[in-house]
Amino acid sequence: MIQQVWLVPVLPLVGFLINGLFRNFLPKSLVGIIGSGTVLISFILSLLIFGEVRHEGFQPVVVNLFDFISVDKLHISFAFQVDQLSTLFLLIITGVGFLIHLYSTSYMHEEDGPQYARYFAYLNLFVFSMLLLVLGANFVILFIGWEGVGLCSYLLIGYWFKNVDYGYAARKAFIMNRIGDVGFLIAMFLMITKFGSVDFADVFGKAGSVSTGAITAITLLLFVGATGKSAQIPLYTWLPDAMAGPTPVSALIHAATMVTAGIYMIARSHVLYDLAPLTQNVVAVIGLATALLAATIALKQNDIKKVLAYSTVSQLGYMFLGLGVGAYDGAVFHVLTHAFFKALLFLGAGSVIHAMGGEQDMRKMGGLSKKMAITHATFLIGCIAIAGIPPFSGFFSKDEILAAAYGKNPVYYVIGVFTALLTAFYMFRLYAMTFRGHFRGTHEQEHHLHESPAAITIPLVVLAVLAATAGFLGIPPVFAADAHWLGKYLAPVLGEAAHGPELEKGIEGMLMVVSVVLAAIGVVVAWARFSKKPDLAEPTGFGKILANKWYVDEFYNAIIVRPLDLLAQFLVFFDKNIIDGIVNGVGRLVQYTSRQLRLLQSGQVGGYVLLMVVGILVLFLVELFTKH
Amino acid sequence: MPINNYIFLAVALFCIGVAGVLTRRNAIIIFMCIELMLNAVNLLLVAFSKMHHLALGKTVPTAGIDGQLFVFFIMVVAAAEVSVGLAVIVMMYRNTHSIDVNFLNRLKH
Repeated sequence: MIQQVWLVPVLPLVGFLINGLFRNFLPKSLVGIIGSGTVLISFILSLLIFGEVRHEGFQPVVVNLFDFISVDKLHISFAFQVDQLSTLFLLIITGVGFLIHLYSTSYMHEEDGPQYARYFAYLNLFVFSMLLLVLGANFVILFIGWEGVGLCSYLLIGYWFKNVDYGYAARKAFIMNRIGDVGFLIAMFLMITKFGSVDFADVFGKAGSVSTGAITAITLLLFVGATGKSAQIPLYTWLPDAMAGPTPVSALIHAATMVTAGIYMIARSHVLYDLAPLTQNVVAVIGLATALLAATIALKQNDIKKVLAYSTVSQLGYMFLGLGVGAYDGAVFHVLTHAFFKALLFLGAGSVIHAMGGEQDMRKMGGLSKKMAITHATFLIGCIAIAGIPPFSGFFSKDEILAAAYGKNPVYYVIGVFTALLTAFYMFRLYAMTFRGHFRGTHEQEHHLHESPAAITIPLVVLAVLAATAGFLGIPPVFAADAHWLGKYLAPVLGEAAHGPELEKGIEGMLMVVSVVLAAIGVVVAWARFSKKPDLAEPTGFGKILANKWYVDEFYNAIIVRPLDLLAQFLVFFDKNIIDGIVNGVGRLVQYTSRQLRLLQSGQVGGYVLLMVVGILVLFLVELFTKH
Repeated sequence: MPINNYIFLAVALFCIGVAGVLTRRNAIIIFMCIELMLNAVNLLLVAFSKMHHLALGKTVPTAGIDGQLFVFFIMVVAAAEVSVGLAVIVMMYRNTHSIDVNFLNRLKH
């Protein structure tokens, strides 16, 4: 089965080709079946592969498909690597991907045929690229997938391209990603010069023989790539704007899968990161800062999707904190649980937006729990999971990261747990404003309110079950010794020491109690403040700064966009006046001189003869006064 | 007679010919001036040939003979040229009723 792993990415590619090429002819029902069906088959194949991989003692298999690049001593083959880590990501991508495809068949039903098929074609292309990213056995294949998902992200954010702002949002995402990609590319070139190869096996095998400086440079540059793709400071601002895309896209690309590519890449190259303590500190600090910054912004957002977007940025920050303190399996665990509960929250938000007829402003919602029972229940589960209340999944993964952070540096823990408090607060603010209290929208909207159809609620229920229970895959040693299934499963790839620093059981238990109590306080305060009479006034003072996202976009505009703009204007001026002036000047000079020379050609034979005589005389004189 | 005299005479004739070509507008006079230049050259050739022969004739009987051969060539060619040229001038007069060369400035176009 493992030798046929190429089928997993190829199936969505086939779906993309069919839906993309025949979008004008296929009926919408068939488009939906092809789009979701190919991903479903990929999911089943992934399950079969997982069945083989999960046995203890499984050795990673590299499936060589063909030689991709062969230059001098550098050989890059198009190869897939099947091991515990890539299989786990296969399951997340195809599993959550299938649910979101299913959801989309209903969510996007108002689009007309060709647009509907275009949407599914992009979505399938995304799944293909993402699978390529996690399956690649070297950094080049990973990078192909990396670029592919960036492209699909751009295409899907700008799916409603008739809205100019959405087009700008798409461009912003693409350009920000491109900045990160430059770092990734340079890192690969460095690898080729230092290791002579980009294969995971070669690079990680030879990592010990290279100077720490080189490893630090490579890891930092890889991290630059990760900050772009996974929306970390300083390149995070594209993700909230990416909410311009359809909601299922936000769930799949900008919450569950693509944005975790940076975490996957760093976990995959953890051998390098272990050798570069400086980079680890940078990763941890950037992750923590992003988590805190995004959480504070989320406190004051009123757009339901924007809150979730900042929450995603914040949770990604947690994952990088985990990576930075060496808790690689904790970070991957959080990727897994986050994929479930954040996809659930986005899809739930999509269901709400659907019922509200496109309204995204939470100030106009309220009291939806009565009308939308399933959406409400599943959304509540998602909120509890992200807030970190046991025994839901977010609690386990978040506490694993926080415990490891405490082991590395208690300051990390304090900031992390404060962020967890903010997370619980803003998530329940979102929940209370949307589902509690009285409806604040128009009469028509109130009349229109309805529970969504089965194609929307089924994915919600499945994800809710997963979000509630996935935590038991990684039970910490405090509760039961040796019960951390995920840690044991990933140990062959991430190493035995992938949990980060070990803590005493008493301290770890205490840390958990602290974070759960703080999360509970956040939940209760938010519930009390926002369920009955939410504060709808425009924020003032510090709240206004938060509502305006710390003015980071404005800051970037002032220090990067404006100077670049001015430089561009200067260059345009330079081009139009100086470069064009030289070019046109040469032309004008030739024209002018030839107009003057033309006068010599008078047609008068006498004139010609005179010139001839003068010429001969000049030659004579030259002859006379030189040489002799 | 010293060779210098011949050279001065030839140069004077040649310059008169050039001046005539440059300044006169009548095609026939221009023609005559061209003949003048040709004959100035002929005179030079003959003079140098004679000088040559006087210097080397005792050892090499044929010294300087090629200069005189050239002169005959030039005279023959000039005669042919005159016949063609005069024919051109006649045709020109028939077409334009003028033999003023300044009138013929169509080469411009």
